[in-house]
Amino acid sequence: MAEYEAAIGMEVHAELLTESKMFCGCRNAFGGEPNTRCCPVCLGLPGALPVINRKAVEHVIRTALALNCTINPAAKFDRKNYFYPDLPKGYQISQYDRPIGFNGWLDIEVGGEVTRVRIRRVHLEEDTGKLMHLPSGDSAVDYNRAGVPLMEIVTDFPPDMRSAEQARAYLVALRSILTYTGASDGRMEEGSLRCEPNLSVRPRGYEGFGAKTEIKNLNSFRAVQRGIEYEIARQTGILESGEAVRQETRGWNDARQETFAQRSKEDEQEYRYFPEPDLPPLMIGDDWIESIRQRMPELPAAARERLMRDYGLRAAEADWLTQSPATAAYFTEASRACGKPAQVATWMMGDFARLLNASGTAIEQSSVTPDRLGRLLSLVEAGSISGKMAKTFFERMFETGATPDALLAEHGSQVTDEATLAALVDQVIGAEPAVWEAICAGDERKLTYVMGQVMKLSRGKANPQQTRQLLQDRLNRGR
Amino acid sequence: MICRMSAAQIRERLLAQEISTADVVREHRARIAEAEPVVRALLTLIDPNETAGQPDVTIDPPTGAQPLAGIPIIVKDNICTARVRTTCGSRILQNFVPPYDATVVRKLRAAGAVILAKSNLDEFAMGSSTENSAFGPSRNPCDPSRVPGGSSGGSAAAIAAFEAPLALGSDTGGSIRQPASLCGVVGMKPTYGRVSRYGLVAYASSLDQIGPITRTVRDAAMLLDIICGPDPMDSTTLDLPPTAFEDSCREDVRGLRIGLPGEYFGLGVEPAVNAAVRRAADLLADMGAHVEECSLPSTELGLAAYYIIAPAEASSNLARYDGVRYGHRATADEREARSERQGAGVMEHGRMTERTRGEGFGAEVKQRIMIGTYALSAGYYDAYYLRAQKVRTLIRREFAQAFERFDVLLTPTSPTTAFRLGERTSDPMAMKLADICTIPANLAGLPAISVPCGFHEGLPIGLQIIGKALDEETVIRAAYAYEQAKGEG
Repeated sequence: MAEYEAAIGMEVHAELLTESKMFCGCRNAFGGEPNTRCCPVCLGLPGALPVINRKAVEHVIRTALALNCTINPAAKFDRKNYFYPDLPKGYQISQYDRPIGFNGWLDIEVGGEVTRVRIRRVHLEEDTGKLMHLPSGDSAVDYNRAGVPLMEIVTDFPPDMRSAEQARAYLVALRSILTYTGASDGRMEEGSLRCEPNLSVRPRGYEGFGAKTEIKNLNSFRAVQRGIEYEIARQTGILESGEAVRQETRGWNDARQETFAQRSKEDEQEYRYFPEPDLPPLMIGDDWIESIRQRMPELPAAARERLMRDYGLRAAEADWLTQSPATAAYFTEASRACGKPAQVATWMMGDFARLLNASGTAIEQSSVTPDRLGRLLSLVEAGSISGKMAKTFFERMFETGATPDALLAEHGSQVTDEATLAALVDQVIGAEPAVWEAICAGDERKLTYVMGQVMKLSRGKANPQQTRQLLQDRLNRGR
Repeated sequence: MICRMSAAQIRERLLAQEISTADVVREHRARIAEAEPVVRALLTLIDPNETAGQPDVTIDPPTGAQPLAGIPIIVKDNICTARVRTTCGSRILQNFVPPYDATVVRKLRAAGAVILAKSNLDEFAMGSSTENSAFGPSRNPCDPSRVPGGSSGGSAAAIAAFEAPLALGSDTGGSIRQPASLCGVVGMKPTYGRVSRYGLVAYASSLDQIGPITRTVRDAAMLLDIICGPDPMDSTTLDLPPTAFEDSCREDVRGLRIGLPGEYFGLGVEPAVNAAVRRAADLLADMGAHVEECSLPSTELGLAAYYIIAPAEASSNLARYDGVRYGHRATADEREARSERQGAGVMEHGRMTERTRGEGFGAEVKQRIMIGTYALSAGYYDAYYLRAQKVRTLIRREFAQAFERFDVLLTPTSPTTAFRLGERTSDPMAMKLADICTIPANLAGLPAISVPCGFHEGLPIGLQIIGKALDEETVIRAAYAYEQAKGEG
């Protein structure tokens, strides 16, 4: 039986983080009472005209540069014509043959293997309104979203991606760039980042490409991966049974974890693109590009390199810490505060990440500021508290907002005085002679129990290393 | 007779306090009441309390800040007026009341002008006779059995009937100049980008331009000074310094280089029209201008290019009238309501849009939407839209070459004088030929004016003066000098 491989391309739409909409002064924000952020322009009233939001253009130029694109010096807007109730003007202002950015690429890494995903184009358009289907059976339209600036990023053909993991990695890397450049908040659940993969399957070694399907309604990274996996399996099954794949758009049903046919190729719209006569060509001079390039924030790849180089981190750690500009900034600040980057990384990826995830808190909103984590680690380093105490302190800091110094004042330092520790050890051994005998007879697993008893007696403040050493010495002597 | 005065004369009298703004407005209202039963130039009369938010009786005489204070104006009904319905001569917008003023209307209000009424037009400015208005045609005041031209026929007829001294029209292929010519008044299309289109209901965005219709060249210049200028709401306006076109009204054409493009005197132009325009050229030559024949070989292609580009843009511009947000909305009949299993009058969106547009648009509009949709369709785009754009470039280039030798070009405005109502409604080609002399200036974005240059069998003839881009000044100077030299008649 032939082996099959997938060829995957992707269209990504990202709502841009601008103050106002793409072509009018209405505020660009998520949610709100229906139809409260509209004006004659974004409602498409007769006689209203669009005006280009330069901030949105800058976001697209910045993103295109980050994706290694060429910037079109004379980009233009076009009208994409179709009827739909959420489309106020009967056309969407978009870009057809002269997008702002083109011919770029993004490197992704899966299982240690780097793949270059070529980007065909990055363009700017306006979002549509939202349809709402009421219990009465009527439909209503909310135009708050109509006219919100939307960036579209399209991978090149022939497709460079071969697996769902790669597609996911591409989307993760792309979202990371969007959040680093500040172009988008990248929230798939709220729909500010939307992903429409298209894919076809062919026998490995075959030169051409089969009929492709496009998948819509993918509202999470997980859904993207599952949707693609499902579609690869479905198409492979069809080919193996000797049938032909239908070129169509398929929707993802998250509850049933499967795709379903939405629209066939025959139903495809004829958009009648033509140049938008209400807007002059968008001239993008070298000066403008250069000023954007100079103000370019650090990008994920550079941040990753920097963390590995400057802090001696491993690749996996650097990947994790550069997942967003906020985590990278947190790491940098906390490391500066305590001078212990390795420990900061361990804490951020361990206890901190667990608590953040469990409580749904964003790292930049946590009451454990980089300075406080730094201070906590400094206390450990100075021997004021033990690692075990630090864990307890950290949870308190996270939950109550307490500072490490306040907790230290409350609990006191750890016990490191040899005589005091020896007295504690004596007390425990004296209380449990049978256990100690067993240990001396060779059952060293019970040492942990004794350790625990010493910690308990010291209310957690006995220095664990010293205590363990004392016990070991006593054991050696006992033998 | 205040109504016989030009806006400039009214302004003078107001400043001299010989008349009051209340007199001016009252007399024009009376004149409207008298003329309208025959002329039918107007669709909506504006209540004085709706005018600039202040009753007309309290308007102060004109000052520097309010140069049009107390002066009546009529606005074509495809230009949005806040709280006053703006129909575009279409059933689909029959009850549409815009929540905002067009930029030109805002400027008029700021200048103190009194907007008296909204004038009739061919539906969505598509036509040359006002016979495509959903609310019935207007009549030519010179002969009520004849059309006033179009599409700004209501504005031109109102000016010719002395209903106001000033009016605004819009010109996509001649819609200001052709009716001005047919009604014997002055109409000017400025350079594309000179006047903001914000609030002008779009027909063909790359061609549309608002301009004045008046009885004198000075009034046209004065009104243009008020309405022109860059507008942050319209990205196609040009960033230009303030103008003083009224100061161009000087009787001096010595050394002016005037070209007579031969092509414009063929094209089915009536001999009497030809003769009148040539007489005008002779008069200007007598005054010291250099008049010379020239050639613009691509002129004839203009009409064909226009009837691709304008409908293509229109097919897209008019897509918003789907009954969802405003304007006419079709309701389901009983049978449909049953089959849809919905509430009474409710139907599925696609059908509602089809029915709304089917009921709301007239025949000419539907025809142009279909032509435009076809021209933009995959497989036809290159053959039609793209080719038409190439013709447009060619025409623009020919003009640019001609303007290396000439300051202005002189042509007829309309090949014929006013035709009879109904005469051309069944002959769309004849109707469209009415714009053959005016379309090229739209395609090239050039300023052009029509001034009366005589009569044929009692019907007015118009002279068109086309200028270089942004050189309204010379166009106005030539038109003013000619107007003054010609005298009455």
